[in-house]
Amino acid sequence: MNKELSVISDIILSIENVNHTYYDDTDNHVEALQDINLEVRRGEFLSIIGSSGCGKTTLLRLIAGLEKPETGKLILNGEQIFGPDPQRGYVFQQGGLFQWLTVEKNIAVGLKARHVYKENKERIAHYIDLIGLKGFEKSYPHQISGGMAQRVAIARALINNPRVLLLDEPMGALDSFTRADIQDKLLEMRKENDTTMILVTHDVDEAIYLSDRIVIMTPRPGRISEIMEVKLPHPRSRGGSEFLAIRKDILEKLHLASALPQPEYTI
Amino acid sequence: MENSVEIGLPIPANIKAKPLKKGLKAVSTKAWGGYFSLTLLGFAIAILANLLVRQIADVEIKTYTLAGIPVTFNTLYQLVLGAIIVIYAISGIYSYSDPYRRAKFASRAPFRFVMGLALTAWDILGTKLLLLPQPFFPGPAKILESFLMEGDFIWENTLYSLRLFAAGFSLGVIFGIGTGIIIGWFPKVYYWVYPILKITGVIPAVAWMPFALTLFPTPFSAAVFLIVICAWFSIAALTAQGIQSTPKSLFEIARTLGAKTPFLVFRIAVPQAMPQIFTGIANANGFAFTTLVMAEMMGQPGGLGYYINLSKVWSAYYKVFASILVMAVLFSLIMKGIGLIQARVLRWQKGWVKE
Repeated sequence: MNKELSVISDIILSIENVNHTYYDDTDNHVEALQDINLEVRRGEFLSIIGSSGCGKTTLLRLIAGLEKPETGKLILNGEQIFGPDPQRGYVFQQGGLFQWLTVEKNIAVGLKARHVYKENKERIAHYIDLIGLKGFEKSYPHQISGGMAQRVAIARALINNPRVLLLDEPMGALDSFTRADIQDKLLEMRKENDTTMILVTHDVDEAIYLSDRIVIMTPRPGRISEIMEVKLPHPRSRGGSEFLAIRKDILEKLHLASALPQPEYTI
Repeated sequence: MENSVEIGLPIPANIKAKPLKKGLKAVSTKAWGGYFSLTLLGFAIAILANLLVRQIADVEIKTYTLAGIPVTFNTLYQLVLGAIIVIYAISGIYSYSDPYRRAKFASRAPFRFVMGLALTAWDILGTKLLLLPQPFFPGPAKILESFLMEGDFIWENTLYSLRLFAAGFSLGVIFGIGTGIIIGWFPKVYYWVYPILKITGVIPAVAWMPFALTLFPTPFSAAVFLIVICAWFSIAALTAQGIQSTPKSLFEIARTLGAKTPFLVFRIAVPQAMPQIFTGIANANGFAFTTLVMAEMMGQPGGLGYYINLSKVWSAYYKVFASILVMAVLFSLIMKGIGLIQARVLRWQKGWVKE
C-alpha cells in the first residue's frame, strides 16, 4: 500500500488520451496532437523533441493551460488543468519581457500578480544573483542582450516556485556560448528547488545534455513515437562516447520517425 | 542584440556620456567663447539701440511708478532684454563643462543673435520712427506697456485661463483614459461606442458652445465642459487603440505568472499603451488651447481670450499682443510640463525607439 502510494505521488503530471486539432478560417484542420499519453515524474528533466509541426509547442501550451485540449485530460498533482496557473511556470521562445519594467521589476511581476510581493521581495536579489545579472537590476530589457533577457524570463517564472517549469525553446534564438551558459544555469536552478522541468527543443544535444528522459514526437498527426531514458551522470560531457552514442540513436530514430527526408533539427 | 556573446563581459547598462544627436556639431571649449558672445551680442545691441537711438516720432511716453521707482515702457523693455541676457548667460556658463550641452547651446547661438537684431529693427521701426501701420503693429516696448498699465488685470485673466485649462484638461485626461480603457478592453463596448467617438470626434468642440451655455449653470462650467470633450475624444480614441494593440503573448505570459484580469488591464495593457496615450494627450493639448481661447472669446467673464476681446473693442492692439505674448509663454510652459511628465513615464523607451 505504502509503496503504491509513493509510486503514485512520484508522478507529478499525467496526460491522458489527449487529442487536439486546430481549425483555420478555410475549414482546414490540422491534427496537432493525437492520442497523447504521458506521465511526468516529480523532479525530472523531460525534453520533448521532434521536427517542426509535430505539436510539441501545442502540448506545452496545453500543460500551461493556455489552451484546452479537444479531448482527454491533463492532471497535475491530482487536479485537472483548466487554465494558466503560477504552479506551472512558462518561458516563451522570445522571452517576452515587459519592456516598460526594469530587470528587477520584470522578475517581481509574478509576486505582484499574486499579491505576495511584500513578504517575498528579498528573494528578487537572490534570483538576480542566480542568473548572474547583478548590476543590471535597473536596466530596461532593450538595454540587455538576448541571452540576459532569456535568463530574466526564466528567473521571472521561477520566483513563483512553480511545481513545473515549462520551457518552449527558450534558447532557440541564442548563439551556442550563451546557450551552453543558460543550460548550466537551468541545471543549477533545478538542483536548488527540485523543480520539474519540461523542455521543448529541436536541438538533440541540448536534450541529451539536460534530460533524464527524452520524448520523441512525429508530425502530422503529432504523436509520441518513443520515450528514451538518458542515464548519464551530471555534469555531462558533450563529446563523451556514451553521449555520442545516444545522439546517434536519437538522430536515427528521428529519421525513422519523420516522414520528411530531411528533418529540421540542428546538430 | 539577439545573438550577442557573453563571456562575463558586462555591457554598460547606462552609458553616461550622452552621444551627440545627428546634425549637432561638437564644439570645443575655446570655440564656446565665440558662441557665448554671439548669443548675448544681439540682445545687447537691442538694449543699446533702445538707449541710444533718439525718439524721432511723436510718441507719448508715460511714466509709471513700479515699487517706488519711476518707469517708462522703455525701461521695462530694457529690463526684459537684460533678463534675457542674464538667463542666456547662465545657461551658457552651465553648458560650458558638458560637450553635449555645449554643442546644443552653440547650435542655437545664431538664431538667438538674429532674434536680438530683429527686436532692434522692430523697436526702431515700431517705436522710434513709428513707421509700422498703427495701431495694429505697435513696437515691442509699447506691448510691454500693457503690463505697466494693468499688470494686475492681465495676471487675473491669466489665472482665470489657467484655472479653466487645469480643470478642463485634467478632467478630459481622466475621462479620456478611463473610457479609452473600457472601449479598448471590451469588444462589445468598442463596437457600439467607437463609431460614435469617430464621428463626434471630428466636430470642433466649440460647435457645442450654444448647448454648453444653456445646459451648464455658469459660463466657467460650460467652458470646462467644452475643453473636457475636446480632450476626451482624442485621448479616448488613442488609449483604446493602444490597449487593443497589446500583443496577445504578453497577456499569456502574465497569466502563467498568476495575473488576473485587473492586473492584465492596469499593469500590462495600460503601461503597454502609454506611448499612444501620450500621443493622444499631446494632440488633445493643442485642441484644448484652441478651445480655451475660443470659449473665452465667446462668453467668459475672464481669461486671456476675454482680455483680447476687451482690448479689441478699444482698438488697443498692443494689449492684444500682450495677451498673445502671455499665451505663448503660458502654453509653452504647459507643453513643456507635459513633455517632462511624458519623458518620465516613458523613460523605458529611451534609446529603444527613434527619438
